[in-house]
Amino acid sequence: MKNKNLNGFKLNLGQLTIPIIAICLLIIFNLIRDPSFFAIEITHNNDGNAVLAGNLISIINGASELAILAMGMTLVTAACGGQDISVGAAAAIAGSAFVKILKSTDSINGGTVLFAFLFACIVAMLFGTFNGTLVAVFKIQPMIATLILYTCGRSIAYWINGGATPTVSSPIINAIGSFIPGIPVPTPVLIVITGAVIFKLVFHFTSLELLTQSVGINGSAARLNGINATFIKLLSFIILGACVAVAGCIGVSRLGLINHETLLIDVEMDAILAVAIGGNNLGGGKFKISGSIIGAYVIQMLTITLYAMKVSSTDVKAYKAIVIVLLVVIGSPVIKARFAKLWSRFQSGRQKVSTKGAE
Amino acid sequence: MQDKVLLQMRQIEKRFPGVRALGGVDFTLREGEIHALMGENGAGKSTLIKVLTGVYQMDGGEIKLDGELITIRSPQDAQNSGISTVYQEITLCPNLTVAENMFIGREDSAWVRHKDYEKRADEILGKLGIPARSRQQLGDCSLAVQQMVAIARAVDMKCKVLILDEPTSSLDDKEVNMLFDLMRSLKSQGVGIIFVTHFLEQVYEVSDRITVLRNGELVGEYLTEELPQVELVAKMIGKELDELSSLREEPDIVVEEKEVFYNAKGLSSSAALPFDFSIRKGEVNGFTGLLGSGRSESVRAIFGADKVTGGSVSIKGKPVKITRPVEAMKNGIGYLAEDRKRDGIIADLSVRENIILALQVMNGFFKPISRSESEAFADEYIKVLNIKTASRETPIGSLSGGNQQKVILARWLLTHPDYLILDEPTRGIDVGTKLEIQKLVLKLAEEGVSVTFISSEVEEMLRTCSRLIVMRDRHVVGELKGSDLNQEQVMKTIAGGEAKDEE
Repeated sequence: MKNKNLNGFKLNLGQLTIPIIAICLLIIFNLIRDPSFFAIEITHNNDGNAVLAGNLISIINGASELAILAMGMTLVTAACGGQDISVGAAAAIAGSAFVKILKSTDSINGGTVLFAFLFACIVAMLFGTFNGTLVAVFKIQPMIATLILYTCGRSIAYWINGGATPTVSSPIINAIGSFIPGIPVPTPVLIVITGAVIFKLVFHFTSLELLTQSVGINGSAARLNGINATFIKLLSFIILGACVAVAGCIGVSRLGLINHETLLIDVEMDAILAVAIGGNNLGGGKFKISGSIIGAYVIQMLTITLYAMKVSSTDVKAYKAIVIVLLVVIGSPVIKARFAKLWSRFQSGRQKVSTKGAE
Repeated sequence: MQDKVLLQMRQIEKRFPGVRALGGVDFTLREGEIHALMGENGAGKSTLIKVLTGVYQMDGGEIKLDGELITIRSPQDAQNSGISTVYQEITLCPNLTVAENMFIGREDSAWVRHKDYEKRADEILGKLGIPARSRQQLGDCSLAVQQMVAIARAVDMKCKVLILDEPTSSLDDKEVNMLFDLMRSLKSQGVGIIFVTHFLEQVYEVSDRITVLRNGELVGEYLTEELPQVELVAKMIGKELDELSSLREEPDIVVEEKEVFYNAKGLSSSAALPFDFSIRKGEVNGFTGLLGSGRSESVRAIFGADKVTGGSVSIKGKPVKITRPVEAMKNGIGYLAEDRKRDGIIADLSVRENIILALQVMNGFFKPISRSESEAFADEYIKVLNIKTASRETPIGSLSGGNQQKVILARWLLTHPDYLILDEPTRGIDVGTKLEIQKLVLKLAEEGVSVTFISSEVEEMLRTCSRLIVMRDRHVVGELKGSDLNQEQVMKTIAGGEAKDEE
């Protein structure tokens, strides 16, 4: 009976085991290192709003773009069995398009921001369609297909604003990048929550999840069951495009300017990593968006922890790599199988002991 | 027996969490013997083989090879001891040449001496009469030849025990005979062969001895010539099974007057030559012919699985266009594909998700089947088809072949098709399930569903179909019904039929 319960527990957690353990270990490590690490206080920012502050808040806030991108990346990974390495460059394009619209209007108000955001979305989704077409129609490997945009994306972003790095100053943009007056939670965090809810709703009200997994696991069988695999793959890239636009706009709003060279630089690798840490198979198939989101926070918490330990920013990457190697190795099938074996040996050992006791 | 015992497995035990897969099984293989290992799916055949080849570690028992106690910790160990396996699925590399495949992983130095290898490969291939050249890409050879190359590799590794796991399941009769010749020649060289198969006829054709397992336990070891086929089946299933021969005692259901459900004229696809075909409501018909005769390609054209290139199709008299699977499905056609692993199962998804897949696709993108609804569907069909699975959330990939096939059947039954195409639904699954599927086909027909049934086993088709379309070399060469429905007539038509002029 007890066995059954334990198995059930393990099954429920499934692929989330590793990311959850990782985040717990990081929390415990930090608590031991410095119990005040997680202190949250209410301070007043420059605009005089009462807002939450502290390491935990900056972790959750700072991981927002990454979390949004990881959600879209999960879908592409699941459907196509490959990753999009152009999301950083595409986000620069979307951010540039966002600023371009804002700069071309006389006054920035809610309507123009919304319009600029929708425009950025369309631009990013068009580039997503481009990537998706190469992958789904021409069957080019995702990494090669997206290498094109990875290479030229930031040049395109450069052209959009004529090489300048224009600034946009507006209370609305400021509110998107930091806090909405009266709400103590950083806006990017709210956007991540909204994004996650939208994904949840899409999975609830459409059969996207089942179809994507089917295409990713066995494309040939999916086709013979009437699934349009090409469309599903294309759709995953278009959805990732929307995520890219959201991430790009958050990035722009944080700084109040667009720098096409540095906006979300190297984020693609972190996004892929978040998907991997989340326990998703990078070869496609079954996926859990929640895993990728946790993965994003693991990466961010790791970075902030290292900074808090006064590791210099040039060294951070090396330390990050060590932890990630550990995580990935622990999550690998080989180690998992070893653990399973040890566990079953432990179990049978206990059973033997108990039967002996009975005799 | 004065034959020299080559391999002796005694009291082999193997447990998996919650299951006793093998309970004290004995198995003895003698030199120069072809020994069939029989049992239904889940009887423990594969587990026994995997213990012997070091894939699994046994929990108890002993293995003696040539009278010496051995421990096998890994497949490498097994190979070094002289135990080689050729699996159902080809485990060689199709992108390498035949010679490279035969010597890969056994090079004695870092230098790959292609010339030497090719020469040696050609020698072995010639000696064993395998129609392949050493420099050919393996992927260009037929499946049968690929399998033989795998055997040649094993033979060249000086194996004493050769395990053939379902080697014939994707071969046609001629290729099977070639394989049997090869097996006999190895036997005469003293190699002990363990032959795992579902084809009873083949067991009787080639094996000397039969060991039957059931539910992880040994039923017994028999000399093939002393064990009649019916008794073998009874031992495998564990009950007397006289139904097997008399599945279809009642007179043929009269379908002649019923309306034509599907009619195709000159239908062709990128893989199938133009053919005419029709099926009535509640009719069971079948395509027969040797492998590669175009029977699968023809039904795939009906379902729109390959690119349809011409022809006109009508359903219930109304012209329709079917060029993609989804259009066929919307017109009430279901298709159970020939290759279950490649075209049927979505391995990592649960039984439940696999069952609802086709219905979900038909319902459309914006009408997902709710969790509770899908659970109800899954439970219903697990019960109706008697699918053996730990739970409805078990990944389908971990089920046995027969149960996987039932899940795929459930998937199509759930769409309530008017016309169901079953391409080799009984391949590679156990006798009991085969029978269940045949019964199901007849029951569906009674309920008014049209069924096209394809099987490599002619007997099975004779039992279920009221009309057989015979194909040869991608042409329809004849149609048999009524009193012509017997094995002899089918063979005659396949062998001697004149290709009909299709144009």
